[in-house]
Amino acid sequence: AAGMFLRLLSDIQWRAAHPKWRTMSSSQRSTSTTAEPHPVSLPAQAQVVICGGGITGTSVAYHLSKMGWKDIVLLEQGRLAAGTTRFCAGIVSTARPVSIELKMAHYSNKLYQQLEQETGVQTGYMKTGSISLAQTQDRLISLKRIASSLNVMGIPCEIISPKKVLQLHPLINIHDLVGAMYVPEDALVSSANVSLALATAASRNGVQIHERTSVSHVTVQKGRVTGVETDRGRIQCEYFVNCAGQWAYELGHSGEEPVHIPLHACEHFYLLTHPLKEPLSSSLPTIVDPDGRIYIRNWQGGILSGGFEKNPKPLFTEGRNQLEIQNLQEDWDHFGPLLSALLRRMPGLEALQIMQLVNCPESFTPDMRCIMGESPTARGYFVLAGMNSAGISYGGGAGKYLAEWMVNGYPSENVWSLDLKRFGTLQSSRTFLRHRVMEVMPLMCDLKVPRWDFQTGRQLRTSPLYDRLDAQGARWMEKHGFERVKYFVPPGKDLLDLDHSKTFYKPDWFDIVGSEVKCCKEAVCVIDMSSFTKFEISSTGDQALESLQYLFSNDLDVPVGHVVHTGMLNEKGGYENDCSIARLSKRSFFMISPTDQQVHCWAWLKNRLPDDSNLVMEDVTWKYTALNLIGPRAVDVLSELSYAPMTAEHFPSLFCKEMSVGYANGIRVMSITHTGEPGFVLYIPIEYALHVYNEVMNMGQKYGIRNAGYYALRSLRIEKFFAFWGQDLDAFTTPMECGREFQVKLEKFLGQEALLEQKQNGVYKRFTMFILEDHDTDMDLWPWWGEPIFRNGRYVGKTTSSAYSYTLERHVCLGFVHHFDEKTGEELVVTTDFINQGEYEIDIAGQRFQAKAKLYPFSSLFTQRRRKDEVELSGYQRE
Amino acid sequence: FYLTPAQVNSILKANEYSFKVPEFDGKNVSSVLGFDSNQLPANAPIEDRRSAATCLQTRGMLLGVFDGHAGCACAQAVSERLFYYIAVSLLPHETLLEIENAVESGRALLPILQWHKHPNDYFSKEASKLYFNSLRTYWQELIDLNSGETTDVREALINAFKRLDNDISLEAQVGDPNSFLNYLVLQVAFSGATACVAHVDGVDLHIANTGDSRAMLGVQEEDGSWSAVNLSYDHNAQNEHEVERVKMEHPKSEEKSLVKQDRLLGLLMPFRAFGDVKFKWSIELQKRVIESGPDQLNDNEYTKFIPPNYHTPPYLTAEPEVIHHKLRPQDKFLVLATDGLWETMHRQDVARIVGEYLTGVHHQQPIAVGGYKVTLGQMHGLLTERRARISSVFEDQNAATHLIRHAVGNNEFGTVDHERLSKMLSLPEELARMYRDDITIIVVQFNSHVIGAYQNEE
Repeated sequence: AAGMFLRLLSDIQWRAAHPKWRTMSSSQRSTSTTAEPHPVSLPAQAQVVICGGGITGTSVAYHLSKMGWKDIVLLEQGRLAAGTTRFCAGIVSTARPVSIELKMAHYSNKLYQQLEQETGVQTGYMKTGSISLAQTQDRLISLKRIASSLNVMGIPCEIISPKKVLQLHPLINIHDLVGAMYVPEDALVSSANVSLALATAASRNGVQIHERTSVSHVTVQKGRVTGVETDRGRIQCEYFVNCAGQWAYELGHSGEEPVHIPLHACEHFYLLTHPLKEPLSSSLPTIVDPDGRIYIRNWQGGILSGGFEKNPKPLFTEGRNQLEIQNLQEDWDHFGPLLSALLRRMPGLEALQIMQLVNCPESFTPDMRCIMGESPTARGYFVLAGMNSAGISYGGGAGKYLAEWMVNGYPSENVWSLDLKRFGTLQSSRTFLRHRVMEVMPLMCDLKVPRWDFQTGRQLRTSPLYDRLDAQGARWMEKHGFERVKYFVPPGKDLLDLDHSKTFYKPDWFDIVGSEVKCCKEAVCVIDMSSFTKFEISSTGDQALESLQYLFSNDLDVPVGHVVHTGMLNEKGGYENDCSIARLSKRSFFMISPTDQQVHCWAWLKNRLPDDSNLVMEDVTWKYTALNLIGPRAVDVLSELSYAPMTAEHFPSLFCKEMSVGYANGIRVMSITHTGEPGFVLYIPIEYALHVYNEVMNMGQKYGIRNAGYYALRSLRIEKFFAFWGQDLDAFTTPMECGREFQVKLEKFLGQEALLEQKQNGVYKRFTMFILEDHDTDMDLWPWWGEPIFRNGRYVGKTTSSAYSYTLERHVCLGFVHHFDEKTGEELVVTTDFINQGEYEIDIAGQRFQAKAKLYPFSSLFTQRRRKDEVELSGYQRE
Repeated sequence: FYLTPAQVNSILKANEYSFKVPEFDGKNVSSVLGFDSNQLPANAPIEDRRSAATCLQTRGMLLGVFDGHAGCACAQAVSERLFYYIAVSLLPHETLLEIENAVESGRALLPILQWHKHPNDYFSKEASKLYFNSLRTYWQELIDLNSGETTDVREALINAFKRLDNDISLEAQVGDPNSFLNYLVLQVAFSGATACVAHVDGVDLHIANTGDSRAMLGVQEEDGSWSAVNLSYDHNAQNEHEVERVKMEHPKSEEKSLVKQDRLLGLLMPFRAFGDVKFKWSIELQKRVIESGPDQLNDNEYTKFIPPNYHTPPYLTAEPEVIHHKLRPQDKFLVLATDGLWETMHRQDVARIVGEYLTGVHHQQPIAVGGYKVTLGQMHGLLTERRARISSVFEDQNAATHLIRHAVGNNEFGTVDHERLSKMLSLPEELARMYRDDITIIVVQFNSHVIGAYQNEE
């Protein structure tokens, strides 16, 4: 049966048309028993070696060769497009909730559309459109959110009624539907042929393609790729691209220096039928029924229907395994629930004859997003894998971004959410991956409401106070494997269970967080912030200062004991990291960055700091527990515990001092809170953590101290217009664009030229705060992030984060405003006047709310008047 | 009087126990997937016992059923002690030395067995010291003997059975200053027990059997059907070889009196057993021990009664017959059960019922469309039906319980008849033994993947 299927999906004609690499591969595709000779030997060296001849590998090769790189070898262990790519359903869908994924899919669609013309290879491209169905109101809201995103991208898309669904697709049972989203330009392709077309074009551009060649491992010397070892000999190369799909993890671990690529395969099933009596039109739209967990497309007059079951079957946990490959068979009992969903959706198909149930493993990642980018440990080792069953939709765009990354040093879009460096070794355990992908695969169809968390693979990294906080009602979320408190449920109060708490409206924790915020404002709260990444950089001489001065935009040559907020910028002036750096001594610095910077920031600095044994960088994240004391009474608690005066005269803002707290000595106290509220962060060697925490809580009682979580912190920082890296700031945002000129020094540093240029010519986007005006907190949908911003009725950008401000009693959204030329769409300079002279609306799932734009925070929110140079994070008050 | 299905279930499931060999990272490297066991009493208290344990200092797993007679004391003792004797017999010299040194210097002992026990499977606290000392003497002798050869499983099993029976006999002869223990060791020795024990290590399956319990292998043929392979021989009057053996061991003059009414000396059903010193000791020894023994023993007519035609003891041995079988991928499960099961069910039926149960729960024969013309609707109907069937099988979570349900409740058509089941289970204590015997079952499920992998290695 498999042989038959190969013939069905693949068009054999491409082979004859492109004899250049025909000789290197099998002449008889369907009979693979005879061993093939390898008439063309491998080159001894190449600039780039790509491993994997699926959609990702061929896409990378295609784009690299288009960008002018020619010395490329693509190796495929079997035959081109014969793995997951051959078996995938061939649906190109732009209906994606994450904006970068949407962009990739959009690009892929455009690329595939013209591919046949470009290469002469039939790709089976057919613009059928897709309809995503909603069985519930919540589902419809999530579709409307996607529709808003698509519309502002210029991708046609509409929310339609069930009746309209029936008009578009006569077989659908619409009785249980509340609505649907129609994306008319979504398409179908023969995925294998798309891949072959890309290979053909790449081959014409000089890429050498060798089938039946497997890479055994990649050699790395002094942190750089030097070559690959294959079963047919060695190839020296500068760049290696791991596009090995579900084998990428194993390949990453095969070398001496492992490259951790956290993905895990799951079995994926879909059904093929014979044609209907009256064969289905090949232009019939694809149906996605997430509540039924299925998708249905027309296929050769019949249908192709698969889905994402609740009980996935992970496989290859221990790596490639012949037994498991043989056992990849049709499992009808497993497919049963999806078949029920299919017949419920299209009852008329009862009499349709089955052709085959295809079992095609797909690889999934810990956060449902694909993996691309360069290894943090081996330079020149690039990865593109883990497509989470959307390889065809993303393949084109992802290949383009990766090619740009390799050629230019950075991709043309912010791909941080896909960057390999968002993961570290901690996500690389097979047990973790096995458990996590079993959650991820069903999640493909589950409703994703604001602030959902993964439930598997938890409690990996915890603060020493974890049990103490948990016993006091802490509810947890996870970042980079670290458990962080969302909020504390007071004794006697019950929240809804996980399933029932899912909402796009006002959440059940609203009042709880409100009281934590109030306590931060009026008394003092403790938030465990141990997850933040902490590095120490020191040197024997001035090396540390000199190097850091170049790599950070703010002046670090400050008196010992000062804390500096600074960006770590790239050549374009964009934020690679946003951190606080304390000068501990003349020659040592203590650096605090966001939790998920642990791998990226380390790699960034490692690659740029001079190779000098007298300059030492150490990751001390695990050594310290961080307690953030927020609130006006933090001063009192701390001075009582240390017998040291903590008032602003003795301990001004943005200061750092080692002192004793309780019995514990050597506590690093910094007068920052990451919220704009007064207070301190205590960096406590972990063995003292429990003692200091107990002391703080005991002493704090008379000042009304209580525990608080990250939700309170977020509300506080957003109402004060504080940008957070990873949410608001990214590698495409400069200090100029978010009003942080004051964090930029005059001396030479990386990215300075770009900033000077912006200073001269102006910025093309501006970080802005929006206060929702006519939004009813109780009744209206809440903003999350990614909501389109409209100025005078025209789209100008998207929000990046949002929170309810308990002080303003309004929702606050942060986001970037662009200025697109009304006629050409060209990006123009954004001036203060442009921001101030507009009427704004924020689009939440299709509903627009009036918003007031502000470039400066409400000064009334800052409880203490501070000296100019002490203003934390935000410098707006200076103006 | 009528039991509801729920009441029936609570009776049937009271003693059920399941053990799944722990997986590491989703993978089980053992040739055993796990086992289900259960007991249904007819005697009050039940005289059957069961044991299961993993050997910690050597590889392999031990499982056994023990059918007691003339009380449960012997079966209880054997169920507690036999696996230790086997495990010790299997230990290499260095490990024995290590253990002995630990005991000598009062250090913590290496654990020898990991038991898998139902809460009702108890161990005698009072006798543990006594049992331990006997066991220690055994390993000390093994250390002194140090043959230097690697331990053969067959030999180890035979030695362990014989040694334990010998120790039971000796302990009864020596007695114990503690009157409770003194009475206990006598009870153990004067009652009897059969034993059917399996040792599984990779593809090597050894069955050591003494008496009339039985071990049976469930084999799945290529066409999916089930067949049974016996891995033990009953030691009773129906076994010609066994009758022959007994006759060989005694003078021709006794030929007529040895086996009467299908019983040994006209009294005992099994031809091999632990304990039962009445069939092993000389008349003088029996009299001496009983006279010096506690009053309870003297008052017991059974113990005082000397079997007729008792001329050349011993008539009975605990020496097991050992069968070695190399497991194959088609060997899906092993059933160990006391004669209570085999009296009511043919082994072929046992193989089928367990086989269908296990595949129903774990891997119902997969459906393949192949070249057939199947519509979506037909497939949907078929799947729905299969799901319904599985959920009815799910009434029993335990293969042994499922088997007992059939053994007790089967009607003439071979299906479980609730009315019959209800009647059989609500029999008053004194009647129950007339309609059925104690039933003890262990169903061991094998890991065909691992067994297949072993096979490929060889």
